Amino acid sequence: MIEILIHGRGGQGGVKASLALASAASKAGKYVQSFPEFGVERRGAPIKAFTRISDDPIVVRSKIYNPDHVVVLDPTLLHSIDVTEGLKEGGWIIINTEKSPDSFTEFAKRFKVATVNATKIAVDNNLGSKAAPIVNTAILGAIIRVLNVASKEDLEKGIKEFVPVKAEANIKAAYEAYDQVKLGKEA
Amino acid sequence: MKKVILGDHAVSYGALLSRVQTIAAYPITPQTLIVERLSEMTANGELKAIFTKVESEHSAMASTIGSSASGARAFTATSAQGLALMHEMLHWAAGARLPIVMANVNRAMAPGWTIWTDQNDSLSARDVGWMQIYCQDNQEVLDSIILGYKVSEQVNLPTMVILDAFVLSHTAEGVDVPDIEDVDKFLPPYKPEIKMDINDPRSFGALTSPDVYMEFRYKMQQAMDKAKEVIVEEGKKFGDMFGRKYGLVEEYKTEDADTILIASATVASTAKAVIDEMREAGLKVGLLRIRVFRPFPTEEVIRVLNGRKKVVVIDRNISFGKTGIFFDEVKGAFYNSEGNKPPMFGYIAGLGGRDVTPKVIKEIMEDAIKKDKPESEILWKGVKL
Amino acid sequence: MKHDDKDIKIKGASDMPEMPASLGSMAHNKTASWRNLKPVIDESKCIKCFICWKFCPDAAIDFIDENTPPKINYDYCKGCGICAHECPVKCIEMVEEER
Repeated sequence: MIEILIHGRGGQGGVKASLALASAASKAGKYVQSFPEFGVERRGAPIKAFTRISDDPIVVRSKIYNPDHVVVLDPTLLHSIDVTEGLKEGGWIIINTEKSPDSFTEFAKRFKVATVNATKIAVDNNLGSKAAPIVNTAILGAIIRVLNVASKEDLEKGIKEFVPVKAEANIKAAYEAYDQVKLGKEA
Repeated sequence: MKKVILGDHAVSYGALLSRVQTIAAYPITPQTLIVERLSEMTANGELKAIFTKVESEHSAMASTIGSSASGARAFTATSAQGLALMHEMLHWAAGARLPIVMANVNRAMAPGWTIWTDQNDSLSARDVGWMQIYCQDNQEVLDSIILGYKVSEQVNLPTMVILDAFVLSHTAEGVDVPDIEDVDKFLPPYKPEIKMDINDPRSFGALTSPDVYMEFRYKMQQAMDKAKEVIVEEGKKFGDMFGRKYGLVEEYKTEDADTILIASATVASTAKAVIDEMREAGLKVGLLRIRVFRPFPTEEVIRVLNGRKKVVVIDRNISFGKTGIFFDEVKGAFYNSEGNKPPMFGYIAGLGGRDVTPKVIKEIMEDAIKKDKPESEILWKGVKL
Repeated sequence: MKHDDKDIKIKGASDMPEMPASLGSMAHNKTASWRNLKPVIDESKCIKCFICWKFCPDAAIDFIDENTPPKINYDYCKGCGICAHECPVKCIEMVEEER
């Protein structure tokens, strides 16, 4: 079973990203679970979304405390919270940033880093506004490339299901991120 | 067709597939998504039903009672404070012997204000005459709505299908959504023997003298007893048609177990991972999940627990001044039975949505295994002192 | 299990319906037997305002037409006297029931 934790801010679409990812993985016959941090969310506040993907039925229904991989939708979160908390050694940290993976030397000691400029991709595809781009679908392209948890075709279906508005632009953004994501050296 | 859907939407699909004819509801977190989706389904014509927006949960149940009494397949959903507000009408629905199905999202009671899960809302409605089904996953939620109507319409008692707040209600997972034509073969249209009908006027629920009131209550208990058989029977038929069988309880690796853990709802689901882990370490442990709480599966509980070394009950609820409620019920079921009675440990955990993780469940099991008998009737797990 | 008009005796649970519903129309339940005082309309004084008809809690006053005084249905009138109380011209008298 793979457990993925998405860090984002309310309004960036982290919860939808988790749902679309789960849906995409389920198309290939995987068992999936996707849920938000339970509670009251508000725009701009740090949020978490959880995804489990497994070859076997998933019975565990508690939150994810020790993720295999984490995704950071907003680079400003790197300064306010410890995104590596509980992360298993050797796990991927997929970050939405213009920086290259090499610039995260501290993370690279124990984890693997991948980066993609999802903000630029979102803005270029008119997803959200310049001030508040919606980066969730772009990051999905990076996630499936790095973690290999779903095919591009299945991701397309997952996005259509959970992000039906501007589906074509969202799918294009995901594909651009898939091509552009930079993978750091194996730890 | 397999769809990745939230637990709340599994309820909506269950109602859609059951071809419910009326929905009257008032929104409350975390139930809102259920009725939101049903209002969309009725608005776009997918579901041919009358959707009534009401001003309170009391009215939601009152309206549901009216439509059920006039022969419609009626549905509603609520949670916590909403369930408490409709309490009077819960008695009416059961006493009038109406096969209503309602989803209740298990949310803890305020104050302190809370939206997270525990079972005190539905368990406060233990004695109203409704059947209560506690679900462990979204698939079971959808299936239990359909099964609810199938059973209720045979025994003339309402069914409450219960799912944990957020842990199911707002969690998406793969759910097999059956074709409605197949569900039609399982669940025929509702045809009541007696209903409100202007061509056959009757008085309903009128003044009932001490002469006959007790007989009506006797008949409700008889219906509950019959429901045990019908639930098992229909759960088996459902399994034959859809590949998923349901009963009053679910046994998991109990066969040669010395220690049996009893749990319900999603705690029971998570517990399976712990049972697997402890089994791998060579410990003979098993799980008894209580799926149907009313009618209470007394015979099944006695059969499974008889002769074991230890019984551990996890309650995500409490009857203040007594103990955890499942613990109390399991003990009570046992008292007049023959045979060996193992020591029983009653833990309370996860109130108000505190996460019940595999670690929490494992610590509970280890605590019980190392003790000869419980030091008190309530064993609080994780309470900060 | 259904009856109208017939007085039936119930043995117990076995011959009762599942739900607490009457076995037929309540029309056979002639509630006039509850009555001690009987309302009598003095039709010569009646102004045909139909206030009594509106107020009767048992719908035991029948409306014929606008030009005819209402008619009390003595099969169901329980003799509560609300009609007499509300009548603006006091043309309804409550008289002792003859038994």
